[in-house]
Amino acid sequence: MAKTDPVIIVIEDDPSIRRFLRTGLNTQSFSVFEADTGKQGIVEAGIRKPDLVILDLGLPDMDGVEVIKAIRAWSAMPIIILSARSNEQHKIDALDAGADDYLTKPFGFGELLARIRVALRHALRSQEQPQDGVFATANLKVDLNNRVVSVDGREIHLTPIQYRLLAVLVKHAGKVLTHQQILKEVWGPSYQENAHYLRIYMSQLRQKLEADPTQPKFLLTESGVGYRLKVWG
Amino acid sequence: MNSGRPDPDQLLARVEREKARARRGRLKIFFGAAAGVGKTYAMLLAARERRAENLDVVVGLVETHGRQETQVLLEGLEVLPPRQISYKGTTLREFDIDAALKRRPAIILVDELAHTNAPGSRHPKRWQDVHELLDAGIDVYTTLNVQHVESLNDEVGQISGIRVWETVPDTVFESADEVELVDLPPDELLIRLREGKVYLPQQAQQAIQNFFRKGNLIALRELALRQTASRVDAQMLDYREDHAIRDIWQVSDRILVCIGPNALAERLVRAGKRLAASLRAEWIVAYVETPQLQRLPAEKRDAVLRVLRSAEQLGAETVTLSAPDMSEAIIDFSRERNVTKIVMGKPTRRNWRRWLLGSVVDRVIGEAHNINVYLLGSPRGEEKEQEVSQFNRAPLPGLINRWGKKRKDRYRGYVWATVVIAFCSLLAKIMFGRFELANLVMVYLLGVIFVATHFGRGPSILASILGVAALDFFFVTPYFTFSVSDAQYLITLGAMLAVAMVTSNLMANVRSQAKVAAHRERRASVLYAMSKELAASQTEEEIVRTAVQHLHAEFGSRNVILFPDHNGRMVYPRQKAIAESLQGVDLSVAQWVFDHNEMAGQGTNTLPGAEAIYFPIHDGEKVLGVLALLPVNLRRVFLPEQQKLLETFLRQIGQAVARLRFTEQARTTHLQIEAERLRNSLLSAISHDLRTPLATIIGSASTLVEGDHHLQPQDKIELSRAIVDEAERMSNLVSNILDMARLDAGVVELNKQWHPVEEIIGTVLTRLQKHLAGRPVKVKMPPGMPMVFADAALIEQVLINLLENAVRYTPAGSDLDIRIETSANAVEIAVADRGPGIPKGREDRLFEKFYQARHEAAQSGAGLGLAICRAIVEAHGGCIRAQNRPGGGAVFTFVLPIDQPPPVAEPEE
Repeated sequence: MAKTDPVIIVIEDDPSIRRFLRTGLNTQSFSVFEADTGKQGIVEAGIRKPDLVILDLGLPDMDGVEVIKAIRAWSAMPIIILSARSNEQHKIDALDAGADDYLTKPFGFGELLARIRVALRHALRSQEQPQDGVFATANLKVDLNNRVVSVDGREIHLTPIQYRLLAVLVKHAGKVLTHQQILKEVWGPSYQENAHYLRIYMSQLRQKLEADPTQPKFLLTESGVGYRLKVWG
Repeated sequence: MNSGRPDPDQLLARVEREKARARRGRLKIFFGAAAGVGKTYAMLLAARERRAENLDVVVGLVETHGRQETQVLLEGLEVLPPRQISYKGTTLREFDIDAALKRRPAIILVDELAHTNAPGSRHPKRWQDVHELLDAGIDVYTTLNVQHVESLNDEVGQISGIRVWETVPDTVFESADEVELVDLPPDELLIRLREGKVYLPQQAQQAIQNFFRKGNLIALRELALRQTASRVDAQMLDYREDHAIRDIWQVSDRILVCIGPNALAERLVRAGKRLAASLRAEWIVAYVETPQLQRLPAEKRDAVLRVLRSAEQLGAETVTLSAPDMSEAIIDFSRERNVTKIVMGKPTRRNWRRWLLGSVVDRVIGEAHNINVYLLGSPRGEEKEQEVSQFNRAPLPGLINRWGKKRKDRYRGYVWATVVIAFCSLLAKIMFGRFELANLVMVYLLGVIFVATHFGRGPSILASILGVAALDFFFVTPYFTFSVSDAQYLITLGAMLAVAMVTSNLMANVRSQAKVAAHRERRASVLYAMSKELAASQTEEEIVRTAVQHLHAEFGSRNVILFPDHNGRMVYPRQKAIAESLQGVDLSVAQWVFDHNEMAGQGTNTLPGAEAIYFPIHDGEKVLGVLALLPVNLRRVFLPEQQKLLETFLRQIGQAVARLRFTEQARTTHLQIEAERLRNSLLSAISHDLRTPLATIIGSASTLVEGDHHLQPQDKIELSRAIVDEAERMSNLVSNILDMARLDAGVVELNKQWHPVEEIIGTVLTRLQKHLAGRPVKVKMPPGMPMVFADAALIEQVLINLLENAVRYTPAGSDLDIRIETSANAVEIAVADRGPGIPKGREDRLFEKFYQARHEAAQSGAGLGLAICRAIVEAHGGCIRAQNRPGGGAVFTFVLPIDQPPPVAEPEE
């Protein structure tokens, strides 16, 4: 079976960033299509049916968040956003609107590649549902069917909320989840404002799962944005 | 001062006057002895001449009274349409000042300067309209009859037997740039009158016929000529001053006019004015308020108030002196102010009383050795009765009588007097028979003293009389009659009455003086309290609030202070109104006050129809704002002592506002200097620290581009790695500069939330993974998951900067320690290394911008990292410090305060 190269659309108004993305991604066997405005990007996404979209949030014609909403109206394709530094709220808005991941400019190409791989893998996995119900990475294993969590084969006892929290992270493993998204899934829509609860339970979870909670391996904090369960692969 | 050179101060004043005059419009008055001499005609002729010179002449308002020859002169001149005002069913035609100001001609003609405007006009008097026109730089031509000049009004009244109520202050006449006398011999005027060429209003036909008697006309003509001549005299004096023609140095006179609460007051003021004008001297009008005078009915005190205000209009300085003794107060004040002449009324006490009790005049004359005293008598006996006269005709709007309540208080005193004497009688009844009569007298005297101290003079006099009567009736034989059997009792009763009267008088005086003292003390404390609060005020809002509250406390008024916006337009205050605030004031009146630096509104000469009174607030130089004050009672604002208090209030408020503005200005200037200094060091730091990595990047990249064929794969990788490293270094630097700029500009809003410290450290260590490779980091954390209430992103930045610094300045592979300690109200985080430590004495300088421990170090970072740390920690209300570590190395410690208990997760299971 002839394997086709994954298609990536880059929506970015700066030509030199477009150029380096195209060159770099081509060397990694991706087919790259470019758009320099939000409108054109939405059209390209419709025509090309890409495997992934890289979207700059600062576009001249429309807000990147609007582009995400337009795409999400008909497709679940992974979207990685690029944004300027120190604009956490914008990132959160984009993630809440349905973006899968984000990168802060300036970023290294290696980092981008890693994010693309995680996003593609995650997209693949959600298509393969139902999964076998067991998530494993490095020394962490979560058996979703039997609700059993173990580290290094040692079973760890979690409270119901701790478990629900971990389960949500596992469900979106590798992907950034905003505080809002997690709160909504674990506690329900009425707990949207209580981000500190989430932080406390996150700390408890780290205490139980991480060898050194101050240098976490799985439960990573995305500063000012949310959390990510790192997948070691 | 005997040299022939002009006094520089006087010259300066002259120059100032000239300058002010140049800005202002010029006033030309066509001045005549009586109606019908042809003033309007002369004015129109002059206007036509100006028109012929191509000057922009407009007729503001001219009364032709249907005279044909005058009407003809109007042709070809632009005439402003009059303002129509309906008043009590009729339509009045008035001069339209707004249209005139809008039209802004070079010269405007406004007839009849003494005219009184219809109610509801901007100013009550036309001369005030003219004043505003002049202020706006418009030249004004106007007409005036001699009997309308304020200070001549008396004389004209005496000559003609007719008083006119429409007068123009002398200052207006005197400040005219040009006065043209329009003269017509009385015989010709009488011929014109007979020919019906003089306009006469129908209703006053008879009176005016009397007025136009030949004798009258001659006297009036003389008066007009004299007045014009005295002006010429004044001009000549000016000229002489200018040209140093002077053989005698004039000692400048200062005249004090003393007035009392009687009809003579106005005449005294006019006489003082004339004297002052002829001597070109300063003059002061003083009213001495003794305790007796404080008991005058309100109407009389108001009359005095009005005389004082009209004296001000005539150009006098006015003072109210509060003192128990009139002559003493006058003498003291005269000495203090170097008064050379005193004008006062003839003594009113009849001869024997004057001989017995002395008079104020006698005492003043006796004690004022170097002062000339001028006495003025009442010309006719009837004037004494005529208390309400010309000044008093138009009452101050809003001066309403508050006497009702006081009168009730008084009745209470009399009732008490009766009750006390009845009680004394009862006591005396009990004592009667056991004690001498003299002791009973003492009981009554005690009663009188009690009444005198508590209820004042009237009740105590009643008590004295009642006491004597009761003693006589009940306890002097024959009992229960007022007759006296033994003549010696008459002496007892007479002495008792005298003692009681004198005592009650003394006590009442003491009481009223105590009242005056208490009043003064209260006023002083009110002022002190306000100035103290104003001095402590840090914002304009606080000043306004303090001022509004204190004004309310003192004047019972509701107040608001308005400030202009950037364009100098008055705007409503932004801050919330408080209980004492006045809302819905007329901004246009406030604007007028702000622009003209004069008060306006109720009780004043400008826009008296407005509900509130508007005062300018200035710092002595320029107007800063406007106070609008809505009084419950105008008297509480316009009484002289209250006026003075209000002026002091206004000055204090003005000074407080000015002080605030100065402080703000100084702070801005300081900030600008600081910013300038910073910008300079920033520029030099940036030029060095940005260029170094750029040199590497450009060098490496161009080598890659140009030497492509000759480079080994190994070289290419090395060059590329250099580009990446240097670019990252530059990226960090740029971030730091941007962070610092944002923190400095104060645009960073702290997004404070509860965060476990552990999570913050975890995030930082994850982010610095690459940087910290090969550096063991030990974290020592107390149990129990400490939390901080902080902006996590910023605190992470602090830790990142501290760790990066540690990596940069310590040998590779050496340990790094992070220690967290908690207390009840703070969390302390320390980053420690085993490097060379901090040079002695530099611990604090480390946190300054652009400070680097070792200069020209290859690992430069523009010296911003620690400055950013300090800015962030201080923004959180914490502090940061650097120390040398026992056993070698440095410790950077920052403390974040915790002022509320951290949240806890709800227990599960």
